[in-house]
Amino acid sequence: MLIISINIMKLTINGELKEVAKATLTVTELLKLENVTMPDMVTVQLNDEFMRPHQYPGITVSDGDTINFLYFMGGGQ
Amino acid sequence: MRNFTDSELERYSRHIILEDVGIEGQQKICDARVLVIGAGGLGSPVALYLAAAGVGTIGIADGDEVDLSNLQRQVIHTTADVGIPKVDSAKNKMLAINPSLTVNTYHQMLFANNILDIIKPYDFIIDGTDNFATKFLVNDACVLAGKPFSHGGILRFAGQTMTVKPRESACYACVFGQPPPAGLVPTCSSAGILGAVAGILGAIQAAETLKYIIGSGQPLYDQLLSFDAKTMNFRKVQLKRNPKCRVCGTDGVKVLHDYEQAVCEVKNAKNP
Ligand SMILES: [Zn+2]
Repeated sequence: MLIISINIMKLTINGELKEVAKATLTVTELLKLENVTMPDMVTVQLNDEFMRPHQYPGITVSDGDTINFLYFMGGGQ
Repeated sequence: MRNFTDSELERYSRHIILEDVGIEGQQKICDARVLVIGAGGLGSPVALYLAAAGVGTIGIADGDEVDLSNLQRQVIHTTADVGIPKVDSAKNKMLAINPSLTVNTYHQMLFANNILDIIKPYDFIIDGTDNFATKFLVNDACVLAGKPFSHGGILRFAGQTMTVKPRESACYACVFGQPPPAGLVPTCSSAGILGAVAGILGAIQAAETLKYIIGSGQPLYDQLLSFDAKTMNFRKVQLKRNPKCRVCGTDGVKVLHDYEQAVCEVKNAKNP
């Protein structure tokens, strides 16, 4: 019998449910996948907790996680 | 307790008939003291609405003069004001709307060595600044002094805001940590801002201020509201205070310091 195993992660990214065909994924890889070009301008919130840019390569997301990208907005004038 | 004159009753009648405001709420508004930091894109609508609402004492802080390129969005200033201090221009308009107000002007930039004295007499602070160094400084000072404040940021077609009750709800540093590296940011003229976006966000900040003063509704505590005017998507992200926050945590800020300031700061914002 042939068993094909496909890993699909369901992630809620910025309020939208997305399926990602990956077995494992770091926050850095996720930012790349989501076309975030300047990761230093984003605070990633993973299941309520805020990550800092230096942590992104070392943190993996998993099935069912909720992720928000909070962008720096410095304007006011 | 103040007694309103007939003309005040008429002026504020649309507030007073609101169940959540009433005479009592309008009295609170008239007795309130609010500081607006920045008389620009955000500060303009905030100052206009607070003056119209009757906030009795309004402070306005800004070190700049009105420039022609400001007029596309900074609606408190007019063509005739080009070249004069923004705080004076703003004061004139606020008093023209509502002559009974006290308007205090601070024609200066805010730094670690003067901000605490300036915010001290006020009940609520509005961050309408245009750079990360000052946004973080305003946050740190308000946490240190225990002053509730409204954070606001805008970029291109997008805006974000949160209301902070120091040491009770998440502060700006709980969420964003540190200013982004100054070297990363391109020049400001390349970023741009749709003028009306400043108006939307400033009006939200003014509404948050008035809600705080009358003690009604749910302020944006522990919530970051962001919107994208291209799609008109509004989204609220729930925030949680960081117990180890370097500003409002247990080992938090005790002394203010100035942050490194990029000459002009621009960010890469998309899909808030
Ligand atoms: Zn904090």
